[in-house]
Amino acid sequence: MESSKAKTLFEKIWDAHLVHRQEGHPDLLYIDRHFIHEVTSPQAFDGLRRRGLPVYRPAQTIATADHNVPTKNQHLPIQEPLSKFQVDTLTRNCKEFGLDLYGLGHEKQGIVHVIGPELGISLPGMTMVCGDSHTATHGALGSIAFGIGTSEVEQVMATQAILQTKPKTMKIQIDGTLPRGVLSKDIILYIIAQISASGGTGYFVEYTGSAIRALSMEARMTICNMSIEMGARGGLIAPDQITFEYIKGRQFTPKGEAWEKAMTYWETLYSDQDVKFDKEYHFKAEDIQPMITYGTNPGMGIGIQENIPEVALNSSAEEMAKSLNYMGLTGQQSLIGKKIDYVFIGSCTNSRIEDLRIVADFVRGKQKAADVEVWIVPGSKKVEAQAIAEGLDKVFTNAGFDLRQPGCSACLAMNEDKVPAGKYCVSTSNRNFEGRQGQGARTFLVSPLMAAAAAVKGEISDVREMLEPALAAI
Amino acid sequence: MEIIKSTIVPLPLENVDTDQIIPARFLKSTSREGFGENLFRDWRYDKITGEKVADFVLNAGIYTGDILVAGKNFGCGSSREHAAWAINDYGFKVVISSFFADIFKNNALNNQILPLKVSDEILDTLFKGVEQNPNLEVTVDIPNQTLSISEIGIKEHFEIGMYKKRCLINNYDDIDYILSLTKEIEIFEETRVVR
Repeated sequence: MESSKAKTLFEKIWDAHLVHRQEGHPDLLYIDRHFIHEVTSPQAFDGLRRRGLPVYRPAQTIATADHNVPTKNQHLPIQEPLSKFQVDTLTRNCKEFGLDLYGLGHEKQGIVHVIGPELGISLPGMTMVCGDSHTATHGALGSIAFGIGTSEVEQVMATQAILQTKPKTMKIQIDGTLPRGVLSKDIILYIIAQISASGGTGYFVEYTGSAIRALSMEARMTICNMSIEMGARGGLIAPDQITFEYIKGRQFTPKGEAWEKAMTYWETLYSDQDVKFDKEYHFKAEDIQPMITYGTNPGMGIGIQENIPEVALNSSAEEMAKSLNYMGLTGQQSLIGKKIDYVFIGSCTNSRIEDLRIVADFVRGKQKAADVEVWIVPGSKKVEAQAIAEGLDKVFTNAGFDLRQPGCSACLAMNEDKVPAGKYCVSTSNRNFEGRQGQGARTFLVSPLMAAAAAVKGEISDVREMLEPALAAI
Repeated sequence: MEIIKSTIVPLPLENVDTDQIIPARFLKSTSREGFGENLFRDWRYDKITGEKVADFVLNAGIYTGDILVAGKNFGCGSSREHAAWAINDYGFKVVISSFFADIFKNNALNNQILPLKVSDEILDTLFKGVEQNPNLEVTVDIPNQTLSISEIGIKEHFEIGMYKKRCLINNYDDIDYILSLTKEIEIFEETRVVR
């Protein structure tokens, strides 16, 4: 045992889940929770059938339908035949292999990375995987969570373990106080712009510092969620009082004696004081403005008061030119005042109740710009129900927003929620890749507050200039 | 799969994400087959007319082969294994780049595709070499872990883990290996300190 050696939080959790280590082989890591959805699981179930294997630990496997579901009329049969077949295939597979499914219409249905934490399925110190690159979201609770491919989904179904090469460790520390109008989404867009879309590749990130500590649990999820956008395998935040208060009393959280026992473990979950990370970055919260991306990867981002640079970090002149051409932009301009066509508020990055509250507080009593279409898509049935209970649905409807039903929606545009070719969409999602929100669609990634500002103005705006004194706390 | 001797197909772009390799709208299939026809779909076909984009490298007819050579950070973004399936189904056996996204690298190896990492200089040499001679032949020797271009007298060592190398050469599968460790998984579950 190497118990005397100083360890990072990541190494503590990794080592506590190590089943087998063999020279020249990747580590065999035990997986506590496996989330599956309709798009990346069918071929894995086929593999199990071919091998004649069951799901090894069905109680540790949680299924939902999110990527490919309509966000209108979810009570009706899915119209699109291929989507219907894929969602029905998940239902059939879950039945055959004895798995719990929070399918369409189920009160617990929602985006997989929203429902895990909100139901208390995702807990500190766990290992979690899902056939989806945004699985790092769950790292906000102080756990190792990462996205995997379908062959690996099959591995985990068959054995509740996965072969993985241990990544290197990176610390990203943000100290200070966030300026007014700057949200956790801006922190992560800022980090990615600073280290590029490939700056985290090969690493597992721990986010620390006073600016991170001050964030709510849901705001932390937004940060960990986008770890993959700098190439990192995942990102996590050491659990603290905010974490414990968030998870306490949720449906699947341990209760009573089990809670006390779990707390004994959870309270050991921090990086030892003198531990060395393979790489470290330090940033100041005061340096961060509301952020916006201008290009076709998430590293191509600027503060709203900045101009597009000549070349993004770790990019080439050719790639820059191709990106700006796709976006219909010319170099080194400011984006303020740029007319937009769509606003999308949703995705596993920003579709939780706090995101919806921030948007509602800003738009209450305001109207969306006449020529802009605004889609607001809650992350789960529970978020939707909570929003209605708080009357946020009326705020959105009165502002002219189209409040839809839970799903991944226009983040990846697998369903009908597509932005038409050439149109500009200001989006709270996580990727601005070519065609991500629909063939030829042009995406600007922003925070929920910046998205709300764009919806009201009909153009890209600095939300700080639109904040009323009452909103100074945001 | 041991030795691949082939001409190469250059795609000199950085940060090629998996949404470009296979757009999300083609992920509705529930099988692993048939993704090759939509590989690089929106670069390969005009978005409006659906016609082939004549100067895209897969359409131009100048470059062919089993080896795709791409700019750094290839395969970033989504974890969709469909990207590896599309590359495999199209017929590529090796992808060469100076940098691969982590999840794509795993997915490639799990589908008998070798993600071969080279230095920025070698990558540049490959792009320049194939521009001058579209029939430039490259030899990838997996057992000896070498990449050679005899025409320019280059022979480079490349890294691959011992386990994954054996899987590629013998067409072994991770699940067979993990199943051989079932007993250890059971012991782990019974004796783990933290739950």
